[in-house]
Amino acid sequence: MARLFARIRTIAAAFGLLIMVIGPASSPLSAQVDPNASAVQEQQLLNQLKTIQGLGTIPDTKSYVLEHPAGRDWQYFHNVTLRWIAGIAILGFFALIVIFYLVRGSVKLESGFSGRKIVRFNWFERFVHWMTAVCFIILGISGLNITFGRPLLLPLIGPDQFTAWSEWAKYAHNYLSFPFTLGVILIALMWLAGNIPNRTDVEWLRQGGGIIGDKHPAADRFNAGQKAVYWVVVLGGAAVAVTGYMLMFPFYGTAIDTMQRAEMVHGVAAACFIAFMLGHIYIGTLGMQGAFEAMGEGTVDVNWAKEHHSLWLAKEMERESKPVRPVPAE
Amino acid sequence: MARMKFLCDADRCIECNACVTACKNENEVPWGINRRRVVTLNDGKPGERSISMACMHCTDAPCAAVCPVNCFYTTADAVVLHSKDLCIGCGYCFYACPFGAPQYPRVGNFGSRGKMDKCTYCAGGPEPDGSRAQFEKYGANRLAEGKLPLCAEMCSTKSLLAGDGEVIAQIYKERVSRRGYGSGAWGWQTAYGATIAT
Repeated sequence: MARLFARIRTIAAAFGLLIMVIGPASSPLSAQVDPNASAVQEQQLLNQLKTIQGLGTIPDTKSYVLEHPAGRDWQYFHNVTLRWIAGIAILGFFALIVIFYLVRGSVKLESGFSGRKIVRFNWFERFVHWMTAVCFIILGISGLNITFGRPLLLPLIGPDQFTAWSEWAKYAHNYLSFPFTLGVILIALMWLAGNIPNRTDVEWLRQGGGIIGDKHPAADRFNAGQKAVYWVVVLGGAAVAVTGYMLMFPFYGTAIDTMQRAEMVHGVAAACFIAFMLGHIYIGTLGMQGAFEAMGEGTVDVNWAKEHHSLWLAKEMERESKPVRPVPAE
Repeated sequence: MARMKFLCDADRCIECNACVTACKNENEVPWGINRRRVVTLNDGKPGERSISMACMHCTDAPCAAVCPVNCFYTTADAVVLHSKDLCIGCGYCFYACPFGAPQYPRVGNFGSRGKMDKCTYCAGGPEPDGSRAQFEKYGANRLAEGKLPLCAEMCSTKSLLAGDGEVIAQIYKERVSRRGYGSGAWGWQTAYGATIAT
């Protein structure tokens, strides 16, 4: 039986071979076949899909992208567009603050210091604020180094020093992103209640917030300006954190174009974030007398609270059921 | 000086991956890094083509433009090389590269990818030619020995060509005119700003 099958197989194979040999020769068209008739064309693929992807034989699936000319567009964005956006945003905002300071000057405490203090931020709030702030400054500097270091710092300190510094800056940028993100999450949660926009903010803004002009519009614990800072921190922080982690874990479920877009969003969001925070730093230090103490020691002068956060002070005083709990000034 | 280029004649490539193997062996490339790979388009369909791809050593190389620490340089032969001493492993060259050439020893644990590695056109790096340090960091320096990259040298169908751009373009043009068809010089428009008119 087995032998019979083997014989049938041999005969079948012989027939098959015969057909293969005769087949092409018997076809008169074979000489005119264009092997490229249905072949893929590079320009056609690029026009249709912007990227050429195929199949490979190695585990690294992102290597199956054969050609992605959009890399050149990303290069232009990173080297030209982003530098303009970030440069104008940060330097422009800085210039505005300087002009504003020269024209308006510091917001003085009109009624003077009373010497009586009221608690504004407890130790936990201050800890979260400063943890986030320190991370933000280091992240900002190390991030700006990636965008502006090569044209500005590299010529000054030379390639070896610049690489050493940039490598440390990169590690700092990557690792400090974790406490920074934690800080943004805690800020979002612990100050959410005081930062919902309401009717008071409209009036506050109409009166120029007391910054433009010298009125003292009523404000609760946070005025409209501080609410803006809150939402910039929460939304801007979320934007840089999400895109930042995409960049830190490259190609985890993302393709090359997503990675490029993540870098673009990260760069622009971070630049605007830094520019806006310059304003926050200004008003918290140079721009307003008696403001730094709130986040420094955690207490503010009662007169300061009366001028800038009258509604909040009234509530605090009511809650304490005494006019003000005096904190001994040591 | 020559203007070195790669050209993969897709109508000849049989996807044997010998170029990939040759590269890995000649340069003792670490595990997980592929300086060269073969990509097959329309796999299993009529008109299937395979293309061997590595760093194309672009004119105005995008990797060099975006590198935040300026670790790239172009040799007199127009080969794009980089210094692993200066590289900080940020991964930006990979985002800018149209051909996916830059490779990293680690996939990306907290952004520490390690020093970037890519095709050197078998031309080493900034260390002295033929030195131990150069071999360990960048692999062989065949160009300094008067030889072309091994991937192209041992391509069994002579699909992958390496050499002066004008010379290999001429070879390709002659091939196309003799056989009557050609699917073009893949990547040339993107890498060098002009393709080969056939």
